[in-house]
Formats: sequence, structure tokens, C-alpha cells
Amino acid sequence: MLIRHAEAIRASEITDQSLVLRRREILRCAGMTAASALLGPLACRADADDPPSSPLADANPFRTEEEPTSFEDATRYNNFYEFGTDKEDPSRNAGSLRTRPWAVKIGGEVARPGVVDWDDLLRPHTAQERIYRLRCVEAWSMVIPWLGIPLADILGRFEPTSNAKYVAFKTLLDPEQMPGQRRSVLDWPYVEGLRIDEAVHPLTILATGMYGRALPNQNGAPLRLVVPWKYGFKSIKSIVEINLTRTQPKTSWNTSAPREYGFYSNVNPEVDHPRWSQKRERRIGEFVKRKTLPFNGYAVQVAHLYDGMDLRRHF
Amino acid sequence: MASSTERIRRLHGAAVVIGALPLAWLAWGAGTDGLGANPVERVTHVTGEWTLRFLLLTLAVTPLRRLAGWPWLAPLRRTLGLTAFGYACLHYLTYLGLDHFFDWDSIVEDVLERRFVTAGFAALLCLAPLAATSTRAMVRRLGRRWKVLHRLVYVAATLGVVHFLWLVKADRLEPFAYGAILGLLLGARVWLWRTRALSPRSEPKATGVLTDEA
Repeated sequence: MLIRHAEAIRASEITDQSLVLRRREILRCAGMTAASALLGPLACRADADDPPSSPLADANPFRTEEEPTSFEDATRYNNFYEFGTDKEDPSRNAGSLRTRPWAVKIGGEVARPGVVDWDDLLRPHTAQERIYRLRCVEAWSMVIPWLGIPLADILGRFEPTSNAKYVAFKTLLDPEQMPGQRRSVLDWPYVEGLRIDEAVHPLTILATGMYGRALPNQNGAPLRLVVPWKYGFKSIKSIVEINLTRTQPKTSWNTSAPREYGFYSNVNPEVDHPRWSQKRERRIGEFVKRKTLPFNGYAVQVAHLYDGMDLRRHF
Repeated sequence: MASSTERIRRLHGAAVVIGALPLAWLAWGAGTDGLGANPVERVTHVTGEWTLRFLLLTLAVTPLRRLAGWPWLAPLRRTLGLTAFGYACLHYLTYLGLDHFFDWDSIVEDVLERRFVTAGFAALLCLAPLAATSTRAMVRRLGRRWKVLHRLVYVAATLGVVHFLWLVKADRLEPFAYGAILGLLLGARVWLWRTRALSPRSEPKATGVLTDEA
């Protein structure tokens, strides 16, 4: 099935929605600012004594109350090896990525496979703002306000069969647009995967924007996965292919270093990376390190997915 | 033309200024919020990279001096070597204080269990006695043993490259580049030793306080 419409891009719809969401946020922030002006001296004293910490559970897991990372840091400090392996490389080099037109191939164990244009893929949905913690496997973290659509809503339209046990994702392969792919640092194209229950979990989204605007190229434009309870490298960027599979798909970092990166890669302070501790993390913009939380603070929502599994073995 | 002592003085001054530049750049960045999103990581990387670069520059002096016939380069080794040690100390202090907040339990665990940290720590331990015995008085006091002791710099540089190689996630280009330069510099020494051993001529008298091999 090939769906292609020549309609104008309706990105404005996404922006409108985000503004509505942000308006509420702005009002709430105004209230919080007034409160913090009163409590400011107290709050500062507490800060000096205790290292900052994330709440063990968010009041609303879809929108953490934690302070979002600055837009500048979130867009200039990136791991996106397709544009270079230094943190500043993606923001410098990602301009060569052409995100329109953009087609996504959806196949495998689905009743209605096809190649779908980005606009057609997203048109039936309304982007939602999700404010998630992002924990990198390198022991730093951010808080990002994403705009996206639950992956379950999108997958549902293609009618996964009962054989669909996993979802495999693939990033664009084009060394012309992605200069980092000219060297075989990883086995290109970048591939990732989730178990189907992880993929359809309400926290899992396909993001199309952040900070109320379209995704910058260095953050995975035009379409990326966001799985907030897993290390950041699971949240694959610039997706061109989604396949539902019967068997566990290969994933890039696991292929590169199986001892260091497992298929699950759930954030877990108890299981160290062989080369560094995962107990703490540096929140970008903060000095003192925070304690890393199991499942990145989303244990209430996702821990049951792994009942009975040895998470040291299935790291 | 400047006298030889004048030339050495100028060379020494230039090396000190060049050695201070990366630190000045870091200080400027720290003062102007210019060290990026993760300043501690930036300071760690920059001090580590310059440790390796100054170590390799130190090791380049002897081959260059002998192959080009520039004996007046010799005193540069101590300046460059001490600069490398200075950056190694800053690198280590950043790790202790800004990365681990002097949490000794986690530091000991790190040094013992993570091989790239072990290699880096071992490199620092190799450099410390070299810095401590870098004075003229120590060179005189140790005599022949000074020369043997200072061969540790080969071990330190090798450990430094291994430390870098073991810490990168996937992109090994840079550590391999440093490794290739180190291999070249060590290879040049082997070549110099062999040609000297084969040559019937007696070796030229060592110039200054520092000897040929280190």
C-alpha cells in the first residue's frame, strides 16, 4: 500500500497544539514562580545541603515536574554518531539532513504494510507534549519536553498480527546526508528494537518535535523514538523503517559491544556498565550528581513488564 | 645570532607559554560559560588530551634532536615533560573532585575494577617519580640510575594511549592516531639505538644535563 497525498504540510497543527499545552504550562509556571519567590531562600538552603534528586514517582509520569534542560544544551550536546562522534558534531553537521520528503516503510507482521509519507503517517494523530527524563548510558541526563504520538496509536493503524512479538526500527542510511556514516564506527544503518509490550506502552512515543517546535535535525528529525525508561541510545533517531517481527531484532550497540549494551538497556543503577558506574548521573546544567533511579524513575509504570526476569542477565 | 644560552632561554619560554595555552583556554571557557553543556566532561577530556599530546611532544625531542642534529633542543624535554605531568595532575584532580566528589570508596572501586581507569592511574604513578627527579640536583645524584628510571616515560605514554583506547565507546580513530605517533617515536629510538650500536664511532658527548635515551 502506497499512500501519498500532495496536501500541504500541516505542521502548524502540531505547533498550535503545543502552544495550547504550553499556555497551561506557562500559567502553572507563573504560579510556581510566585511560590518560589516566597520560598526561595529556604529552597536555596536545602539545595546547598542535599544533592538534587528526582522524585521516586511523578505525580503525572507523562509530564514530570522537573526543570527542563535548556533548549541550547539539548540541541548542542547530542549523541548522533551519523553526524560525528563528538557531542557538538551533530549540531554542527546535521544541516545536511533533508527531512522532506520523508517516507517510513512499515512492514513485517502487520496486516497492512506500506510506505507512508511522514505527513500521512502523522495526520490522523494529535501531537501531545510529554516532559520526560532522558538518561544516557554515559551517565548524564536531561529533561526534555517532547512533542509526539504514542507509538501504539501509530502501530495500531497497520494492524499488527498475533505473530508480532518485537518491533525493529531503522535509521536512514545515506552517507551523503549523514557524514558520520562514511566511517564504520558502527555497523550502519543504526538499528534498534523493542519488545511489543514495550513498544505499545503508553510512555513510548514517536516524537516529531521538542520545546514546542519541530525536532532539530541533530535530535533525530523528522521522526524519532522516545522510550524514557531506557538508556538514550534505545530512542533511535531519523527513522525510515519500522518492522514488526517474530524474533528479537538486532540492535546496533549490542552488535558493537554485546558485553556492554544489552537488548533491554533499561536504566538500572544496580547494573554497572563494565567501564563506569550507573549509580549516579550528571543532570546537564547541574554540578552535583543525582542518584539514578530504577527505570529512570518510571518503575511504577513499567517494572511489571519485566516481572520474573533477571535484570542483571537481561541488562 | 643569539648565544646558545639565549636560544635555550627563548625556547624554554616559548614552551612554557605554549604549555599554558590549553589551561588558559579552559580558564577562559570556565569564566565565560563557554565549556558547553557538560563542563566537567569537557575539562576532563581537554586535560587528558593535552597530557597525551605533551607526552608525545616530550618523546619527540630526542629523535628530532638526533636526526636533525639540533642538540640545543635537549632542555625542552624537561619543560614539556613537566607540562604533561601538570595536565595529568589536573586531569586526575578533575576526576577525583568534580567527577567523584572525593568519594574514596567509589574511586577505589573505579581504579581497581575498570581497566581504563587502572591504566590511567598507573600512567600517573609512572609519571610522578619522573617529575620528582626532574631537577638538576636529582639528575646528578642519581647518575646512571636516572637514565634507567626515566625510561618509565615509555611505559607512561603507552599506558596513556591504552587508557584512551579502552575508554572510547566505538570511535577508536583518535586513540589509534596517538598510538601510531607513539609507535613512530618509539620506533625511531630503536632505529637510533641500532644504528649507533652498529656504528664503530663513539657516541657524541651528551649535551646539557639530560641524557639521550629518555
